[in-house]
Amino acid sequence: MRGVKASCGVAALFVLGGCNRHQSALTVFGEEAATVRHLTIVMLVGAIVIAAGVAALMITAVRAPEGRLTLSSGMRLIGWVGGVVPVVVLLGLLLYSLPAMRPLPVAQGDLRIAVEGEQFWWRVQYQPPGAAPVVTANEIRVPVGRTVQFDLTAGDVIHSFWIPGLAGKMDMIPGRTNRLIVRASRPGTFRGVCTEFCGLSHALMAFDVVAMEPAAFDAWLANERRPAAPAAATAAGARAFAANGCAGCHAIAGTDAAGQIGPDLTHVGSRTSLGAGNQPMSRAALVRFIEDAPAVKPGARMPAYPQMSRQDAQAIAAYLESMK
Amino acid sequence: MKRGLHGMVTRLKVTLWTLIVPPTVWAAHFLFSYLWAAIHCAKVGGFPRLPILYAVGTIVALLLIAGAGIIAHLQSRVPGDTPPHEEGTDSDRMRFLAFSTVLLAALSFVGVLFTAAPVLFLTDCR
Repeated sequence: MRGVKASCGVAALFVLGGCNRHQSALTVFGEEAATVRHLTIVMLVGAIVIAAGVAALMITAVRAPEGRLTLSSGMRLIGWVGGVVPVVVLLGLLLYSLPAMRPLPVAQGDLRIAVEGEQFWWRVQYQPPGAAPVVTANEIRVPVGRTVQFDLTAGDVIHSFWIPGLAGKMDMIPGRTNRLIVRASRPGTFRGVCTEFCGLSHALMAFDVVAMEPAAFDAWLANERRPAAPAAATAAGARAFAANGCAGCHAIAGTDAAGQIGPDLTHVGSRTSLGAGNQPMSRAALVRFIEDAPAVKPGARMPAYPQMSRQDAQAIAAYLESMK
Repeated sequence: MKRGLHGMVTRLKVTLWTLIVPPTVWAAHFLFSYLWAAIHCAKVGGFPRLPILYAVGTIVALLLIAGAGIIAHLQSRVPGDTPPHEEGTDSDRMRFLAFSTVLLAALSFVGVLFTAAPVLFLTDCR
């Protein structure tokens, strides 16, 4: 018995290890997620009440003196508690929960963000009304209080887009565009993940979500729209970037690099994470990723560069990091 | 009129075939719901504000199920027959089939209502 209790305790500790405030449907920062959490709590409390009621009924039945219970009263009880009450309760729950399936209304002038799932990263394009689109990758920023429509699709296999604190998950299917409408309710840095197995590095396909005050968001988007402004001291890195053929896959606005196979790197230095939510942005992480991306993300299309000198890798990392 | 209807009802005999009428109607309504939604979404791109065709289909399904249930209920009451009804006789067999039909009709009626409820709330094809 003591062994069982100890195992349960250890298991509970593991489960508690999953608690966090960045990626949890219980840490809500959007309207749809708030509705879902509310429904979950109502259902959970209801389920506990019903389970307790059934247990109480069972104890009463087992403890009743012989002859107290008759067949007809038992049948009547089953008819009511087993037939009528569940029908009424389930119909009530159905009518109560159905409005949650209505999508938020979206207007013509609302911001659209097109996100395309790739193995194993996210191609992101902000489409503000009346302005040219802004391309970025592996990070989503949303303005608090404004309605945002995500247009979700995939370039290779099926992925799924889930920001637990913001809204329910939505599949990304090649050749099809799914709409997800959200409205963030408070600022903060959160996290989203791919929730459809998509290959070797599926579990390493995530992204940071930054909910910002509208003014800060507008300033950020205006900066994101500008071409890259690498520090002058990183010219060696720019040369190494070109010499190693990085531009074949990556684009950097304002330079000759215009590859479309990998993530856009125009303002990569300002992102909060590297490798699609893989690790915090840092010089060391950049060097490691440049030298041997498959070691960090197995199955990724970016090859390792064993022939590249450490000096070159560090120069490129400095170059990328300077592009805020 | 009532006597005539009653006479007709009692002339009918509950069988395994009439027993499956309510769940079959439920299944047909279920299929109808999906077809109706799919065709509307493909051709119009949204649900109409007043889904008349869908309402008519649902009411027809409910009437059929209720009718089957009422007929079975009348037939489950064979006069002059005392309980317990557990012999292998014609009347006990009919009671059993009729009562089973009543229960199935109740379940199917609720099932159709539960299937139809989302149409009242959803206006979007996603």
